[in-house]
Amino acid sequence: MRDFIYHAPTSLDEALSLLEQYGEDARPIAGGTAMVNLLKQNLVFADHLVGLGKVPGLSGISRSNGDLRIGALTKHREVERSADVAAAAPLLAEAYSRVATVRIRNMATVGGGLTHADPAQDPPPALMALGARVVLASSGGTRELPVEDLFVDYYETALQPGELLTEVIVPAQSSDARGVYLKFLPRTEDDYATVAVAAIASVENGVCAGVRVALGAVAPTPVRATAVEAALEGQPVTADAIRSAAEAVAEQVDPLADFRGSSDYKRDMAVVFTRRALEQALGLGQ
Amino acid sequence: MTTLDASYTVRLTVNGEPREVQVPARRTLVDMLRYDLDLTGTKEACSVGVCGACTVLLDGEITASCITLAVQADGEEVTTIEGIAQDGELHPVQQSFIDHGGFQCGICTSGQIVAAKSLLDANPSPTEEQVKAWMMGNLCRCTGYYQILESIMKAVR
Repeated sequence: MRDFIYHAPTSLDEALSLLEQYGEDARPIAGGTAMVNLLKQNLVFADHLVGLGKVPGLSGISRSNGDLRIGALTKHREVERSADVAAAAPLLAEAYSRVATVRIRNMATVGGGLTHADPAQDPPPALMALGARVVLASSGGTRELPVEDLFVDYYETALQPGELLTEVIVPAQSSDARGVYLKFLPRTEDDYATVAVAAIASVENGVCAGVRVALGAVAPTPVRATAVEAALEGQPVTADAIRSAAEAVAEQVDPLADFRGSSDYKRDMAVVFTRRALEQALGLGQ
Repeated sequence: MTTLDASYTVRLTVNGEPREVQVPARRTLVDMLRYDLDLTGTKEACSVGVCGACTVLLDGEITASCITLAVQADGEEVTTIEGIAQDGELHPVQQSFIDHGGFQCGICTSGQIVAAKSLLDANPSPTEEQVKAWMMGNLCRCTGYYQILESIMKAVR
């Protein structure tokens, strides 16, 4: 690891002003599980690391007007175990519980994970299916983005130099909708997904309603499967309708070939796991 | 003006003792424990947070010390394998690993024991499935895991 200067601000204002002052030459660090690995492998060069561990007010989970508000420094493990999350968005608790191992989830933060923007991570598809938004703060003020607009490219986000992700806002899952997160793990239980699917749907008047589907590990960014959603919305709840809608995901993904599988294989698995996730969400699967 | 090679004062509690250490910003927690504090019971193996050999408790929770910076531990409480035995008496998990052959080469053992102790602190009577799920992140390339599982399950009783 190269040398760097470590800053330990004790307020959000101080953290933002350091990020503004050093711009491209600064990186925030929260839990460090991603950043320290990147630094060790010389994949990130920054002379200034802004440690967020002593910044108050950025951690914790609360409810406001039905939304969940999750501070950026909240650990994965807290999301996984939170009674508020279990009540408002069980899909999110499931997705966070599938990240790596307990040891990593104890350290990795919600904001750090999202801004790391590895396309194979577990939380982004669930957050996209839930319609979450992220709050980005800088010395100049704050802005809000739909979480899917945060992801620009492979490990690349919409964050500008000087900006920090401070909060995630998650609308509560509708009480009659079921959420499912499926993670295809042909290698080891603590691996990144080969393909991952988050799906939410409900049955209204005998037809599929409120269908939301998003995938991880199938493109340079997580992908919202809008073609699948459109194909299934309003259709009768049958195995045929789900099978046919799931086929539409093949056109929306652009998988990278790697040691977990070829691009074609992952595209096929995206269809299979989208179908299974929708079957379970709509009460047809095992 | 701070320079890139500046050193930083880290004040923390290690195994119940207050310690103060001077480190460069890039020092990892495992290196600080091993090289600055001579606590060589904690091992580093994969160096990327996957294998579990470097597991320590940071504020009571299992943590990969190889991907944690020493400066991140400023003000925190760290427990290593050296702090698991109390008053000269091995922790039941340690004794059980000895009694049931829960190790061969020993490189992963301190991480296995710190992780298992943390589970039993939170859940004194876990099922075998709960132990397997919790210990998933602690790899062993010698024993095949059966003796590790047995050691932990016998320590439960």
